Amino acid sequence: MELQIEDSELVRDYISGDEKALEILIHRHNQRITSFIYSKVLDRDVTEDIFQDTFIKVIKTLKKGNYSEEGKFLPWVMRIAHNLIIDHFRKNKRMPMFEGNEDFNIFSVIGDDKLNAEKQLIKDQIDTDLRELIEELPDDQKEVLIMRIYKDMSFKEISENTGVSINTALGRMRYALINLRKIIEKHNIVLTH
Amino acid sequence: MEKIYSNYQERTEFKKVCPKTINFLLSFSKALYDVKYKDLEFETYLN
Repeated sequence: MELQIEDSELVRDYISGDEKALEILIHRHNQRITSFIYSKVLDRDVTEDIFQDTFIKVIKTLKKGNYSEEGKFLPWVMRIAHNLIIDHFRKNKRMPMFEGNEDFNIFSVIGDDKLNAEKQLIKDQIDTDLRELIEELPDDQKEVLIMRIYKDMSFKEISENTGVSINTALGRMRYALINLRKIIEKHNIVLTH
Repeated sequence: MEKIYSNYQERTEFKKVCPKTINFLLSFSKALYDVKYKDLEFETYLN
């Protein structure tokens, strides 16, 4: 049986100057990290970029001797990747990309946020169906979810109105969302705009 | 109005980044040097 060297040992070796150790680490975690990034961004090129930026940060941190999480290499790398994914979405929100063509229409850039008739109909349908799904929830969870989402009440207000602690209200909200997801998964429903 | 729900959601997989990306990272790592001078710290890249 092949003996696998621990990540922490490879990190130590790399910090000491063994470049081969980095290669092993990258190959070992390539699939986990790539799948994780791709599951969020759903774009191969962006995945490659974020993977690359993640390891550039890893390399710089290790070479500077700033790494202090021995034994938890993968979670640390995943956290870096996660932060870069968030940066990517923030950047895209600030600077959305537009396909350039000869029939460039300025309103594709500065269009208002109002939904067109079709999208409004779709949204209405989703809202209606979501209300029906919420009806399937246990009463205590349904009550908290409606107060929070539809009445925009804070958990403090919910707690005062329902006579339960804030923690209980939070717990009920959490289970309401979990159960809602379960109902959606069970019936293979895709809610989309 | 037509129902917009579907039972199947297309999902492609992308499991590993290409060797080019990995080679770049390995070369980057070999080229990167951290130079310290007094209280200052510099990153240098050697070809």
